[in-house]
Amino acid sequence: MRTGRVSWVGLRTPVLWLVLLVAMGTLSLYASAYTVIMVANILLYVILTMSWVLFSAPTGYISLATAAFFGVGIYTAAILGEQLPLPLVILTAGLASFCLAALVGALTLRLKGVYFAFFTFGLVELIKHLLLWYEVNVTGVRGRFVVFADNVTIYYVILGILVILLLTSYLIRRSRIGLALQSIGEGEDAAAHIGINVSAVKTIVFALSAVFVGAAGAAMATRWTYVDPYMAFDYLYSFTAVAMAVFGGLGRFEGPILGAVVFAFLRELLITRFPYVYMLVMGSVLVVTILYLPQGLVQLAQMSPWRRSRGNREPA
Amino acid sequence: MSLLEVEGVTKHFGGLAAVSGVDLRVDEGEVVGLIGPNGAGKTTLFNLLSGALKPNSGAVRFRGEDITGLKPHQICRKGLARTFQSVKVFGGMSVSQNVLVGVVFGDRSRMSAKQTGEEVARLLEFVGLSAVGGVPAKDLTLANQKRVEVARALASKPELLLIDELMAGLNPTEVAQAMDLVAAIGERGTTVLIIEHVMKAIMGICGRIIVFHHGEKIAEGTPQEIATSRTVIEVYLGE
Repeated sequence: MRTGRVSWVGLRTPVLWLVLLVAMGTLSLYASAYTVIMVANILLYVILTMSWVLFSAPTGYISLATAAFFGVGIYTAAILGEQLPLPLVILTAGLASFCLAALVGALTLRLKGVYFAFFTFGLVELIKHLLLWYEVNVTGVRGRFVVFADNVTIYYVILGILVILLLTSYLIRRSRIGLALQSIGEGEDAAAHIGINVSAVKTIVFALSAVFVGAAGAAMATRWTYVDPYMAFDYLYSFTAVAMAVFGGLGRFEGPILGAVVFAFLRELLITRFPYVYMLVMGSVLVVTILYLPQGLVQLAQMSPWRRSRGNREPA
Repeated sequence: MSLLEVEGVTKHFGGLAAVSGVDLRVDEGEVVGLIGPNGAGKTTLFNLLSGALKPNSGAVRFRGEDITGLKPHQICRKGLARTFQSVKVFGGMSVSQNVLVGVVFGDRSRMSAKQTGEEVARLLEFVGLSAVGGVPAKDLTLANQKRVEVARALASKPELLLIDELMAGLNPTEVAQAMDLVAAIGERGTTVLIIEHVMKAIMGICGRIIVFHHGEKIAEGTPQEIATSRTVIEVYLGE
């Protein structure tokens, strides 16, 4: 049974995924410390992007709350890092993000289109400034120190979160919930009238997608050692997740993964090698992609000069 | 006890009473027509029955149970399904996926994947869309999209089906086919309440007709009685 508007061609070759997983799983054995850090950073962006895709792609609700959930994860690590072991900190961060998203979802998922996007964007700023106010007026600090964890550990934590996220996404898309999400994206009224509990499905999946972002935030915070509200609740993370997903292409499961990897790698490369033209090149690449590959990078894989991308459909 | 009992249902939009103090009942096995000029409140009544809107006052009972104020998905699962005046198929999904959603979420009996597939095939066969099961719903003609909606609604195994203008915008051949479809639904044992502007159709398939005007029920009777009623003629043709 195919439930997605996406095709599952990529997952018909599970061997490829297995090889990839083994290569990633043993990375620290053969790669330099710098490579491990860089790959962890790229995987972080894959997590942010795929979490966004999990909810926003099928439903069409554009969430800009990624940075809020990420920041909640970061601050969970900053507050609990000294008291709890790392796995517990990460679990707590995921849970805290889940609760925030469930609350926000229950309150706001009736907002549609641009209103939902604006609200979620406002949420990031709201939490940032509330936190800033609290830190200055109550705790009397502006930033906090985070307990350090070594880079290899963080790499494997990030990889673990990503694997669980990808499995979750895959299973959801094949399940009843995936079918419900897609129906909601196609027409919410009709979905409700054929027996789908629209608010419950939206809230649960939105909250679930936030778990991974929060967990990733807690993991990454340990690498930064110092965080303040401006760093933690940086709305660029929200926009980056959306940009990477669209850049890669929402039509296929692999699209946003590819988008996040290429985007993050390109950024890393440009910042380190060509810092003066970094923004210029990044912007040009984005513009050219959207102009010539409106379906994202995955379109490259489908392109062949003699074949139309639209299949021959029988007229109804 | 009637299958559907509506008592004194009223709905205001601002100062306008879209539906005011409407009483009506539909018995099991009936095919009832709901007619009236544009803006008479017919679709608003459907929205009140299906849970899309909550009435300001009055009660809706289905199989004797008060369903006033329930959410659309709850009402659907109780066995009251609907189609929409402006077609709301899931355009990007295939025709069979549209119906599949109805079977998976609307039907209260849990089915195996195999049974689900058979049920989808059976429904497509019933509405005559077996040949286009794999086609995206948005690529179908209007007449066929309306059939997708009917199949999707029937997938929830409703006891009462509300059909909102199945025939608007269809050509004469398609209207005749749509009439056959409604008759077949009635013969299956599903009770039908249908809004329709195509008089020939409604007179031909309904056992009883209810007439709405300015949010109120102004007449009710057999097609014969309605066709000769002075009030109805005045409403439709003016004095």
